[in-house]
Amino acid sequence: MPASKTLPLAEDLTIYHALELKQTLLAALAASDELELDLSQVNEIDTAGLQLLLLLKKEAQRAGKRAVIVAHSQAVRSLIDFCNLAGELGDPLVIPAAEAC
Amino acid sequence: MDELTSVYIQECREQLAEMEAGLLRLEQMPDDTDNLNAIFRAAHTIKGGAGVIECAYIEHFTHRVENLLDALRNGDLAVSGELANILLACCDHMGSLVDVLAAQQAEPDAALSERGDALTERLKQILDNADTPAGASLTVADDDDASVESTGGGVVSNDAWHVSVRFGPNVMRGGTDPLSFIRFLGGLGEIIGIETIADALPEAAEMDPESCYLGFEIRLQTKAGKADIERVFDFVSDECDLRILPPQSKLDDYLRLIAELPEDTLRLGEILVRCGALTQAEVDRGLLAQQNAAEAAPEEAPPLGEILIDSKVVHKEVIDAAVTRQSQVTEKKAREAQLVRVHADKLDSLIDLIGELVIAGASANLLAARSRNGDLIEATSVLSRLVENIRDSALQLRMVQIGDTFNRFHRVVRDVAKDLGKEIELSISGADTELDKSVVEKIGDPLMHLVRNSLDHGIEPVETRLACGKPACGRVSLNAFHDSGSIVIEVSDDGGGLNREKIRAKAVERELIQPTDALSDSEIINLIFEPGFSTADQVSKLSGRGVGMDVVRRNIQALRGTVDVASTEGVGSTFTIRLPLTLAIIDGFLVGIGKASYVIPLDSVVECIEHRDLGGERNFLNLRGEALPFIRLRELFEIDGPAPARESIVVVQFAGQRAGIVVDQLMGEFQTVIKPLGRLFANLRGISGSTILGSGDVALILDVAALVRIVRQAEESRLLPPSSINTPTNIQIASPTER
Repeated sequence: MPASKTLPLAEDLTIYHALELKQTLLAALAASDELELDLSQVNEIDTAGLQLLLLLKKEAQRAGKRAVIVAHSQAVRSLIDFCNLAGELGDPLVIPAAEAC
Repeated sequence: MDELTSVYIQECREQLAEMEAGLLRLEQMPDDTDNLNAIFRAAHTIKGGAGVIECAYIEHFTHRVENLLDALRNGDLAVSGELANILLACCDHMGSLVDVLAAQQAEPDAALSERGDALTERLKQILDNADTPAGASLTVADDDDASVESTGGGVVSNDAWHVSVRFGPNVMRGGTDPLSFIRFLGGLGEIIGIETIADALPEAAEMDPESCYLGFEIRLQTKAGKADIERVFDFVSDECDLRILPPQSKLDDYLRLIAELPEDTLRLGEILVRCGALTQAEVDRGLLAQQNAAEAAPEEAPPLGEILIDSKVVHKEVIDAAVTRQSQVTEKKAREAQLVRVHADKLDSLIDLIGELVIAGASANLLAARSRNGDLIEATSVLSRLVENIRDSALQLRMVQIGDTFNRFHRVVRDVAKDLGKEIELSISGADTELDKSVVEKIGDPLMHLVRNSLDHGIEPVETRLACGKPACGRVSLNAFHDSGSIVIEVSDDGGGLNREKIRAKAVERELIQPTDALSDSEIINLIFEPGFSTADQVSKLSGRGVGMDVVRRNIQALRGTVDVASTEGVGSTFTIRLPLTLAIIDGFLVGIGKASYVIPLDSVVECIEHRDLGGERNFLNLRGEALPFIRLRELFEIDGPAPARESIVVVQFAGQRAGIVVDQLMGEFQTVIKPLGRLFANLRGISGSTILGSGDVALILDVAALVRIVRQAEESRLLPPSSINTPTNIQIASPTER
């Protein structure tokens, strides 16, 4: 089993893909000890998508694995920020200089 | 420019107009809190939008303005004339900033930013001054805080609503995104703290990705009422568990909330602390106290409930106030829902297409008539009736009320009156009169000129007015109404009126007329529209450089309109603008002279009569006891060939004057798509445009206003003293005023 695996997600994290996404994410988590999620190509994220990220984190914790979001798109970042979940998810957020001010 | 930005710019302009109107009202009625709230909302919306499209310079500036408005709203500041001036200046500045955004510049230029900085500085000064006397109320606020026993550390936002929501599992299946409600909630005010509760999230195997397991604890700072907040969740009211605590809620209320919520008590306490509702110490103490009380005497729990009932009474008032507000909001929403925003270009291209359709339809009609095929003729006539209906409703789409244009002048009148030290009020009537959008856009400048002119030259200074026995407060009126296919806009004032002798003397001095010219009264006062004419003794910054009136007339003529002035000395003047309703398609009346066809706008046609050649040079006939001057188009346009034995006269009317036009043939009604003439023909008199006939031929559209004037002036010049009569009658087109 590979120690670390990067899973880039290209489609939107929305309710429309929620069923497949759940399978994809959980399968990816099962397949590695440390899952890295690349969300930089995610244009849209809604409540269903956010829930799946929370679920993944929870499952990872239960299984003693690590699931890290290594890259956030603007949409994901602003949602996490809006819901005040940055601390809870605990992933490093790269905030571009333009938004910092 | 992306769509979001262009929508934002559009919205900004609307909000700014609303804000400006509100500010003007504010001066009149400083105590109207609804108005103040409306102004604040407008500013807030602009700021919020600026944040969304990431336009920092608008956001920053508007934020400052909003601060000041907030202080006004809280009563920290009193409304004063000076303050209103500054706010209006800020409003203008925001308008300029929006222009900068619309021009797609990265940031405002130096001059504009300087102005912005100056305004910001003023705003800051005012706010600083306001803060000192408001110190007292601040201490009171501290006392309020003390009553909720904020003993522990941590930042507590006690003046915020606490909204606690748990979404039901089926929310997302209904096609709604729970987060959008939270975002919308943010639109009511400011979310100062939010915690996402994912405790209900089951294990992976049982988790249905299409169910919603989330909840939120939100601290919301808003002026909205409880009903407004509840309304946000209306859509999902069956599907979610919503609890709302008003600002300044007691600790007990929060304890009750904790007890009601499904999550673990301690965890909830922690969450409430994190989102800033309570401090840790309060939670600990509260929970401990509750536990003790419950253990000691279970029956004594009710008192806690009684406190809640007390606070429920408070809720009732809050709700009542909120309900009225809510119904207002609903009404507004309903009104908004009836409107669809369409890009003006799309409408223009629709009108263009319909123009082509009309021409093509005319051509089909012609062919059908030639074919002598009854069925075909019937089919095409049905078709052309439908085309006519489509044309009318399409043109209707472009009709806008002139009220918005008129309302802009409230500000102008106020500012100018202040500058001039006069008291002037503006009265508006006929604001719901509709006219073509393209006309409305172009009429603004000439109107502005006329209004300023009335303010500056028309209305006398207060002392003069009182001396004349007039009320101190002058009045400028704007009026609009429809009149036989044109729209009439009147700008009138109750000022000094125009001095005929002065105008005449000036005109002679400027060699616009000869001292011997005999002019009617109305001709004399209409001389003010001549280039280089100004009667004001003093040149003011508003007007009086003598460049105004001829520009006004040129602009209005460019719209195929006319402008006239009527004035009685000492009583006032009225400027009357007449404009065609539309610039695109009209109903025309087709007439023929020789081989050429001409179109007369049907609205101006009164009747058609047979022309019996009366011989001689007579240019008028007796129409039912009334003298009707007429003109021979054949002569006016110098068309070769003898006139047919039988001619007709089309009686046309414009601005209350009638005249006859002698033509060879009457060819009946014709839907006319107006095609502008080229620049080369701009000075052509008597022709206002061209159109294409069904046969593909070009027909010229007659300018009835000009023709009536030509006829009338030819007539008047015949009655003048012999010195000026020797000019040939029909070429006497250019009257003294037109030279």
